[in-house]
Amino acid sequence: MKTRSIGLSAWLCVLACTAFVAATSCWFVHPLFAATAVAEAPIASPAADETATLKRGAELAAIGDCVVCHTAKHDAPFAGGRPLDTPFGVIYSTNITPDRQTGIGAWSLDDFKQAMRRGVSRDGHLLYPAFPYPHFTHMTDADIAAVYAYLMSRDAVQATAPANRLMFPLGFRPLIAVWNLFFLNRGVEPDGASFAAAATSTSTPTASHEEQLLRGRYLIDGPAHCAACHTPMNLLGAEKRDEAFDGNVIEGWQAPALTTLLRAPKPWTHDQLTAYLRTGLVDQHGASAGPMRPVTQSLADASDADVDAMATYLLSLQTASATALTDAAPQEAQAQTQTTPPDNMHVQNGAVLFSATCASCHAAHAPMTTFGDRPSLALSTAVNAQDPRNALRLILDGIPNERGTRGPYMPAFAGTLTDAQIADLAAYLRANFSSQPAWNLDAANVEKLRQETSEP
Amino acid sequence: MMTLVVNGVPHQLDIDPSTPLLYALRNQLGLHGAKFGCGLGQCGACTVIVGDEPVFSCLLPVAAVGTRPVRTIEGLGTVDKPGKLQQAFIDRQAAQCGYCIAGMVMRAQALLERVPSPTDEQIRAHMEPNLCRCGTHMRILAAIREAGQHA
Repeated sequence: MKTRSIGLSAWLCVLACTAFVAATSCWFVHPLFAATAVAEAPIASPAADETATLKRGAELAAIGDCVVCHTAKHDAPFAGGRPLDTPFGVIYSTNITPDRQTGIGAWSLDDFKQAMRRGVSRDGHLLYPAFPYPHFTHMTDADIAAVYAYLMSRDAVQATAPANRLMFPLGFRPLIAVWNLFFLNRGVEPDGASFAAAATSTSTPTASHEEQLLRGRYLIDGPAHCAACHTPMNLLGAEKRDEAFDGNVIEGWQAPALTTLLRAPKPWTHDQLTAYLRTGLVDQHGASAGPMRPVTQSLADASDADVDAMATYLLSLQTASATALTDAAPQEAQAQTQTTPPDNMHVQNGAVLFSATCASCHAAHAPMTTFGDRPSLALSTAVNAQDPRNALRLILDGIPNERGTRGPYMPAFAGTLTDAQIADLAAYLRANFSSQPAWNLDAANVEKLRQETSEP
Repeated sequence: MMTLVVNGVPHQLDIDPSTPLLYALRNQLGLHGAKFGCGLGQCGACTVIVGDEPVFSCLLPVAAVGTRPVRTIEGLGTVDKPGKLQQAFIDRQAAQCGYCIAGMVMRAQALLERVPSPTDEQIRAHMEPNLCRCGTHMRILAAIREAGQHA
């Protein structure tokens, strides 16, 4: 995991602000205040006429990928305990099943709303922004209620998350109040409310482009919290507002910029985006991998209309300069016929490795590239990326074949190939399949990535 | 010419460096334990140990083995004197057609060398890349568990 050092001046600023906040508004951060104000919630008992709400809640939970972070074991969804490796230490996700002791079974809708809107737990302690309440705060009352109803309809699991391991002094939660002061912009997103409230009528495939755009923006900025991974973070772990969707490194993988979708060898289209988001695989670009894989698996349960709207909004984020570059795209077709530079020993070594290790699936006429919608490596997002990180991660980790799920599979080569061999292989891929400039890798680059793991 | 150390014995081979290790083992060295299954790294029938890692030998060119020692199922024991893990597979009658078994044993061997008494969860996670078409998985798991208990 990429780590960042916290500047001393930033910390002094935080501490000074904490003192200020503590002095002026201690009621806000004091656990006792909130704890006494919250009454025990009655046990939720969904009735038959709540089916529509539950369905809506299930779709929103899928868009929000709640289950991904809040699940550590396959057989205990939403029971929490998954370690999230952040630049500030390890945070364990909490149990959001309806268990009354260890989950959120005793929470009322208002308690839940307070967590989603303000990042405040039922007993009044402040939640870390690894829980993306800065995004959920934009959700409508109706949508938060639907997610609440859905979570309360899940099986209760008794499970307590391990204690967080954070760098000093972040274990002191009231500090988050300062963070919130700077970085939490509360309030339902404009226009999102009306469309979310009337989701079934406004986001049908016949909805106008403007309606779709608004709906897409609401979903992407709110429940889907795409920016949480795809926007660079500042030293305090908040998204840099002026670099929205410019890409970031998350759990050892590059979360690519979402503003340069038109610079791909084949510029992304609306249909390709929806196919990718819903299936994790699209011809002309590749398969989802790393932390994005569970996201696409989750989005398979979202509604067509919602994913359509998200794709529409994503395409509206493309920068003008990116559009201009699409003229370069036809060059990619010729990339595959480029001859290997004979003077480069690394590329030559890579060619030998490719022919035995990769060619049975990835050679130009391999059955794997002609069957289904598998793109040639010449179109692969990872092979054409400026940063070699995802290509190397894919070779090291592959795409695991997870129990009970269908989808693309690639074996991991971390245990098979040495660092130098993986660097050579990447050099060959870049030289042979892409017209982009060489990466100039050596074994040390691969060694560094090998040490990074998504789960401590 | 290249040198390949297999089951402790160095061999001089005069073959194309891009030849998959599996072909060298079977065709040049006559070690027929490891099998060709899919050729794609999806079934594990070709699994051998290189260094101390279980690898798909159908996907590893001999040139990439380097100085790392290669171990195949022939290195674990013989028909008369099977190794401990092999004996556990026999005792549990874990083979039906047997095509996957050499790969299964070698992947399990790599686990037992790292974790002498693995939990069921560790065994299942570790063995996931290897497939058995006959469906003897429960007996394979039992055999590995047994070998682990006697560690």
